Parts: sequence; structure tokens; C-alpha cells
Amino acid sequence: MKTIKRSIRTVALVATMILTVSCKDANKNEAPSSASNEVMQENMDSSKNMAMNNSQNAMAEAILKDYFNLKDALVGDENDKAKMLGGTLAKSLGNLDKSTYSESQQKELIDIIEDATEHAEHISESDIKHQREHFKILSKDITDMVAITGTATKLYEQFCPMYDGGTAWLSTKEEVRNPYYGSKMLKCGKVQREIN
Amino acid sequence: MKILKVIAIIALVVLVGIQFVPTEPNQNDVTPQTDFMLVNEVPIAIQNQLKVSCYDCHSNNTNYPWYNKVQPVAWFLENHIKEGKSELNFNEWKNYSDRKKNSKLRSIIKQIENGEMPMDSYTLIHKGAKLDSLAKNEIINYMNNLKIKN
Repeated sequence: MKTIKRSIRTVALVATMILTVSCKDANKNEAPSSASNEVMQENMDSSKNMAMNNSQNAMAEAILKDYFNLKDALVGDENDKAKMLGGTLAKSLGNLDKSTYSESQQKELIDIIEDATEHAEHISESDIKHQREHFKILSKDITDMVAITGTATKLYEQFCPMYDGGTAWLSTKEEVRNPYYGSKMLKCGKVQREIN
Repeated sequence: MKILKVIAIIALVVLVGIQFVPTEPNQNDVTPQTDFMLVNEVPIAIQNQLKVSCYDCHSNNTNYPWYNKVQPVAWFLENHIKEGKSELNFNEWKNYSDRKKNSKLRSIIKQIENGEMPMDSYTLIHKGAKLDSLAKNEIINYMNNLKIKN
């Protein structure tokens, strides 16, 4: 009888453990879906705001602003801040108004936005090493976007030959502040092109 | 003592009960025309390695282990596969834009290089899925050549 009791207890213990684990998983699943609902809601709100704004490129400028904020967080080695700003950028990317562009430009913009959004989302949930890997491709996407949308701001395309076989990024200032190395090599790089 | 017994019985009932909750298996007989292997000329050795090491979570067809019949293991695997497919689905390769293809190729290379993929929790059970340095190099070289130059 004692052994039976003991074995029941063991089964109970194991079962509870398994259940706890599975509950945790279930929770994890629910969290992102409610978060994405919020995102959608916010997207809808800001697209309403956009309708009232007549400036064609206002949204492209907003995307650039978010990109530069994210860049500055990486320059400052700020992982958490970059996470938050990656999320902000992912949202603003979804709001770009493509309707005023030619068909081929629209197609390219769709591809750019899709890719950039994925990288921004990854940045919102990664450690700083991965954030910088994604920021590299994100920078290419944003550069290609600017080639289509244009911008009122003067931009500097900067280049660091050391990071991952040579990597570029955009900045509003001429002086180099490296987002791929941060404080480790803050001034590594040079201006390779001026936009506007 | 009585409480323990009650808990044990409840736990047992729940454990048995969840076995009847159905899961949708990630299985398909037909490989779509958009599959990575059909779009690219992939050497057989690399094809086989990718199928063993990646396709279980990154395609529409999983080669399930026996314990997938047991809950809550099945739920756990289902989540993994869902997440894996949303990141990269080899079956959908042709539908990806050139930009996205390059992004995915970069991620594949980086993650294999750093040993982040295939995941440890996966290779622990699927011994054949683990990539040795030779297999890693082969796949990385191949993926590098697939990058679309622009």
C-alpha cells in the first residue's frame, strides 16, 4: 500500500510539473497576439492622422526619424532602448503611403518595407549583437527607401570597413558615431556619400 | 495525505484529458513548386542535410518523433514549428522577394556560423541534424553563392 501511495505521489508531481510547463507556453502564445492587436489599433490611428496630413513624404520622414533614434541608441550601447525603438520603427514602417509612386517603385517599396519591418521587429527582441546584425540590413533597406522617397534632410552615408566585411549606415551629422561598435570604436568609419 | 491523493487524481485526469485535445500536424505529401530545392539546383548532399537539419521546423512537412503523440509535448512542438515557419519556410522560397531572399540567406549563414541553428534542444534528440564543421562550411558556401548581387 505504501509503495502505491508513493508512486501516486510521484505521478502527481511529474504531472504537475508538466502542466506548469505547458501553461507557461500557453501564456507565451497569448501575449504576442494581444500585443499585435494593439499595434494594429495604433497603426489605424496613425493612418487616420496621415490622411489629414497633406505632405507626401511625412511618413518617410517619420520613418527616418525613428531610424536615427534607433541608430543613436546603438551608438550608445543601449540594448533596451534600441529594443523599444525597433518596435517604434516597425510600426512607422507600416504607415508609409506608397500611392504616389510609380508601379515599379511601389513594388520595390513593398519589398523594402516588408524586409525592413522584419529586421526592426527582430531588433525589438534581440540582444545588442543581434540588433547590430539586423541594423546592417535595415540600413540598406532605409537607404534604398530614401532613394525612392527622397528626404528634406541632408544625410550622410557613413561606412565602417571593419564591421562584417564593411558596413554602411545613415546619419544626419557629418561626424562619425559608429552604431556597430558603440563605445568600443565610436569614431571608426568615414563619410562615403552625401545625400542632398 | 488525503489532499495529496486528491491532487494526484486530478492531475492524472487532466493529463489523460489533454491527450484528447487534437493538434494539427504539420504534414503535406506534396512539395510545392516554390520549394527551395526545386527553385535552386541544390547538390544532393546539401539537400539531404537541409532536410534533416532544417526542414522539420522550416517547411510544411515535419518528420515527427513518436513522442509527438503525447501531450503536452505536441503543443510544445507545434509552437516551435509555427515560429520556425514564420521566420523561414523553405517551401515558400520562390515567393520571397530578392531582398527577402538575401536577408534570409544572410540569417541562415550567420546562425549556422554561430551555431545558433539547428537549435541545441533539437540536435540533442536528432543526432543526425547536428552540423559538423565540414557540413557547416558546405552549406555556408552554397548559401553565399545564392546571394543575389546588386
